[in-house]
Amino acid sequence: MISLIDYLLERRTPLRYLFYVLVFAIVVWSLTVDTSHAHTWLERTVPGFWSLFGLGACIVLIFAARWLSGAGIAKEEDYYDN
Amino acid sequence: MTTSGFFHPALMLIIGALVLPLIKEPFRRPFLVLIPVLTFINVVWLGFHQGTYGVLHFLDWQLTFGRIDSLSNAFAFIMALMAIIGTIYGLHVRDVWQQVAAWFYVAGSLGAIYSGDYLSLFLFWEMMAFASTFLIWSNRQDPDAPAAGFRYLLVHTFGGLLLLMGFVLNYQATGSIAFELLDYDNARLSTWLIMGGLMLNAAVIPLHSWLPDAYSKASITGSVFMCAFTTKTAIYTLARACAGFDILIVLGVVMAIAGIIYALLENDIRRLLGWEIISQVGYMVAGVGIGTALAINGTTAHAFAHILYKGLLFMGAGAVIQATGRQRFTELGGLYKKMPLTLLFVIVGGVSVSAFPLFSGFVSKSMIIAASYEEHLLWTGFLLTMVSAGTFLVAGLRLPWLVFFGNYRGDATSFAKAADPPWNMQLAMLVAALLCFIIGAWYPLLYGLLPHQDIIGDYHPYSSYHLSETLQILALTGVAFLLLKERVGARAATYLDLDWFYRRGGQLVLWLARNPIQWFDTAWGEAYRVVGLFSLMTTARFWSWFDWHAIDGLLDGSARGVRSFGRLLARVLQRGQIQQTLGYTVSFVALLLFVYIWL
Repeated sequence: MISLIDYLLERRTPLRYLFYVLVFAIVVWSLTVDTSHAHTWLERTVPGFWSLFGLGACIVLIFAARWLSGAGIAKEEDYYDN
Repeated sequence: MTTSGFFHPALMLIIGALVLPLIKEPFRRPFLVLIPVLTFINVVWLGFHQGTYGVLHFLDWQLTFGRIDSLSNAFAFIMALMAIIGTIYGLHVRDVWQQVAAWFYVAGSLGAIYSGDYLSLFLFWEMMAFASTFLIWSNRQDPDAPAAGFRYLLVHTFGGLLLLMGFVLNYQATGSIAFELLDYDNARLSTWLIMGGLMLNAAVIPLHSWLPDAYSKASITGSVFMCAFTTKTAIYTLARACAGFDILIVLGVVMAIAGIIYALLENDIRRLLGWEIISQVGYMVAGVGIGTALAINGTTAHAFAHILYKGLLFMGAGAVIQATGRQRFTELGGLYKKMPLTLLFVIVGGVSVSAFPLFSGFVSKSMIIAASYEEHLLWTGFLLTMVSAGTFLVAGLRLPWLVFFGNYRGDATSFAKAADPPWNMQLAMLVAALLCFIIGAWYPLLYGLLPHQDIIGDYHPYSSYHLSETLQILALTGVAFLLLKERVGARAATYLDLDWFYRRGGQLVLWLARNPIQWFDTAWGEAYRVVGLFSLMTTARFWSWFDWHAIDGLLDGSARGVRSFGRLLARVLQRGQIQQTLGYTVSFVALLLFVYIWL
């Protein structure tokens, strides 16, 4: 298993392209899925709504976390020791 | 408690825990496996014979130790199953007191789940709190563990007091101690107190800071047990007492979001997982708040799935900590070369929590989200879905990346000795990983256990729309991670949380005690010594001499006898180890209570 991971890690760049192709395939397939039973009108009207939502959610969460740690909640590791 | 063929599963574990220290190898390991397996069989048997058992009359009250219905059965089933997995994981541990504490802890959880009245609930609730504290204290590797244990104990004592006050006020108002659904529309102070006490154990914000603190300091096996029982037992009690309380929806969503944001930042492997528990328990709290049949089914299913995958992740984290002695991401990395099997198990746990199709989270989490859309709580649905993306980011990507890939950031000796854990730990992880997969792939197995069977047929997780929704979110989360991963890398820092108030506040009180108060005390003591004590002591010394030699000598020397016995007792019981003293006291009280209830 270690050699398999090493083998894959050596082919990082093609793997990354393969991943992007997969993502593209998922999004294209999603466009064909019946949305008439979706929860809200947003999902019915915006094509690939959940892709945009997923990307947006990650960006919001990562930047919220970065902002919060910059806003003063990050302290040195031995903060409580002294 | 043994009426009509009912033998309480908690009692099995308690008896097992009391006998365990007396059993030596080669019988110890078989015994360690036997007791949880018997308990599990008992729980399954009770599941097929639901009803009310173990009703006792104590003073004016009716205590119910065995309320077994579809809701309590589902929770007891997974708790008993996790007890087997956790015990196998800790089979190699030589410190028998860890296993004793763990079994008492599970017994407390099972007892609380089966109890039908507030008094027995409280009894088992406190048993859980005390037993789990010993799981933190049993960590000898971390010098901060004793302090963390005390913080945990104090916080849970506070929660227990809230609960007790709520019970007493509720009893005063209604004259009943039956543990039933509370009346939200006519909520009284007692309702809020009970809810607050239950919420503390479910780590609902703002009563949550104990969780990452304690779970990152417990012993390796201890944290595997703790991640399963306290919060999910509390979710059961909330589902029992507070289903449909709107406020829990808001609190649950806040937990889910805050938990994932902190988990994106944390540098400690078990603090990250602890924050993620808060996030996932947030889904369940929101589900309880929604309170419809679908939401309660979803909460139960998610608690079930969560115990397995979170147990798996904590077991993986424990394997890493045991192998390297490190638990900070800034001192880990590149471990796939040394611990490939652990990596595999952590990935299974990660994809399960991230709700990958074919894994357990996919069939459980979505039910809560579906319930929120069904009740037209669109914001709840969208925010919880946003957290789903964050969950994959944290547990499926950030955690494996920081532990197993990249370069090792610790010292060379700890990397050299790193290896996959012993067979029993691997077996426990394998069982949990298989269950995560089986539940996700053959979901009717899980759905068959859920409390509201009448609506089970209405919900289908593997619809093409749900599949496309989940796959899109997961795929784009992967893309976002590739683009932004350096922004959530390992960084040596402590992240402030609400425990600041009692940790720093405690230091302030300590400073006050050490400085001004101590000064005053010393000055006062000195004045007293000079003025009053001297004359008093002289008189007292004379009477003491008279008493000892004249009176006790004339009688039968009983004062001497009492004194020497007292010294012996003090040598045995009071070793200045407050943990031991607490342990003896609690065991003694528990024993007295059991004797009292039985006789």
